[in-house]
Amino acid sequence: MSSSGIARGVARGLRRVGGGTVETITRLGFASRFFIAVLYHTPGAFRRLRLTLREIYFSGVLSLVIILVSGLFVGMVLALQGVEVLERYGAQESLGIVVALSLVRELGPVVAGLLFASRAGSAVTAEIGLMKATEQIAAMEMMAVDPLARVVAPRFWGGVVSMPLLAALFSTLGVFGAYLVGVKLIGIDAGAFWGNMQAAVDFRRDIVNGVIKSVVFGMIVALIAVFEGYDAKPTAEGVSTATTRTVVGSSLMILAADFVLTVFMFRGVGL
Amino acid sequence: MKKTRPARPDVPFDARREIAVQLSDVSFGYDRRRPVLKSIDMTIPRGKVVAIMGGSGCGKTTILRLIGGQLRPQSGKVLVAGQSVPDLDRDGLYALRRRVGMLFQFGALFTDLSVFENVAFPLREHTELPEDMVRDLVLMKLNAVGLRGTAALKPSELSGGMARRVALARATALDPMLVMYDEPFAGLDPISLGVVGQLIRRMNDALGITSVVVTHDVYESLKIVDYLYFVSEGRIVAAGTPDEVRRSQDPFVRQFVDAEPDGPVPFHYAARPLAEELSRVI
Repeated sequence: MSSSGIARGVARGLRRVGGGTVETITRLGFASRFFIAVLYHTPGAFRRLRLTLREIYFSGVLSLVIILVSGLFVGMVLALQGVEVLERYGAQESLGIVVALSLVRELGPVVAGLLFASRAGSAVTAEIGLMKATEQIAAMEMMAVDPLARVVAPRFWGGVVSMPLLAALFSTLGVFGAYLVGVKLIGIDAGAFWGNMQAAVDFRRDIVNGVIKSVVFGMIVALIAVFEGYDAKPTAEGVSTATTRTVVGSSLMILAADFVLTVFMFRGVGL
Repeated sequence: MKKTRPARPDVPFDARREIAVQLSDVSFGYDRRRPVLKSIDMTIPRGKVVAIMGGSGCGKTTILRLIGGQLRPQSGKVLVAGQSVPDLDRDGLYALRRRVGMLFQFGALFTDLSVFENVAFPLREHTELPEDMVRDLVLMKLNAVGLRGTAALKPSELSGGMARRVALARATALDPMLVMYDEPFAGLDPISLGVVGQLIRRMNDALGITSVVVTHDVYESLKIVDYLYFVSEGRIVAAGTPDEVRRSQDPFVRQFVDAEPDGPVPFHYAARPLAEELSRVI
């Protein structure tokens, strides 16, 4: 390859990187402004309480099956794996502690968040994206009704309210699943299972931190879902791309945010 | 029949009537390199049905978006009821839009609401009317488009023509002064086409509104409109009353009216000569 060809290739590569960077920063700026606009329209969303309740139903109630079933099975598998390890040290009675702390601190918010992104986040993105593709959003604007207040803010808050409740239910069913396997199936003493759990789980340190995580994850999923839907190209391909971006983006953001939150909550600022 | 950019004083309407919409020297492009509209002049008097015609992608829907304030012109003036639309702030624009109805190409009905709730939507959002009055108004609007019996149905249960008629009822729910129609005839069977066309005319005359119809359906438009503008490549290339259009010998108008595949709008997309292309060694 001639030197001018190499130079052209390098220039093309740099342009692509630069273009991608500028586009990412632009989208990030747009998403930030979008978030502020959603917060600005929050009072409107709660004035239209019926709409927000409807979104809590669609995001929360309709996600119950997958969350409850997943929670139950995660708890059961956690108990099987936990007992297998704890037996080596003769500490089967600590199963309740292992299961409860794993679920309340980590698995509840994180796995419920990932499931919530797949079930509810994708649905919200697809719905808003299709509303855009079929000109329903434009029609609303032309009727002097702000879609941010009428469509976006209720869906955002529906997600934010639903997520901590779903995470709590996930953890509850997980603990129940572990009880079924550990106590009823394997035969660990029920008193030790519940007693150790009660003694080891701290309300502020474990439960409150878990709730904070699930609220943050709820905001992440809800914001990404409404933003991707609103920003989707109004075509079939655009809506499908936006839905994928919601699931992938939310999942990665949940994992990254979980690491950062865990560092601050359980290790302090200095690691 | 005027060839290009009809001068405003010559528009064949009663000059004493108030002007509903005026575009003066309007240019627009999504970026500086590719202009969509170039120096458009257009006058739409109050109470008339005016069609904006042209092929796909010629910029006619963009004109509606400029009138509705969804887009801002790069230069020129857009006046609706005497107000400069690009200069309005958000509250001013929303106040104006409450007096303007728009019918989208496929109706754009809200799929999660029933037909009744779709028509009630603007009433519930912008008025404090009691529920029984909302009900009466919605049923009257639906009756005007012949679809009172569909009030309980969902938009997915309607045909394309019915959806557009419901959208027309919704667009006129607040008794607007101006209604804009974006391709109201696209994809309709001949009966629905005639029904929608007659409804546009009847609603316009009965409610005393002004109608702007963006369409490429010459045959249906000539039956119902008072005046037509032809847009091609972002410019107004011809304008006139339906009779003037029928008699016109303008090549573009003739190609459009007679549905000729070739003419001022070429059949072939710009390319190298066929012989040169075929003889090229790969």
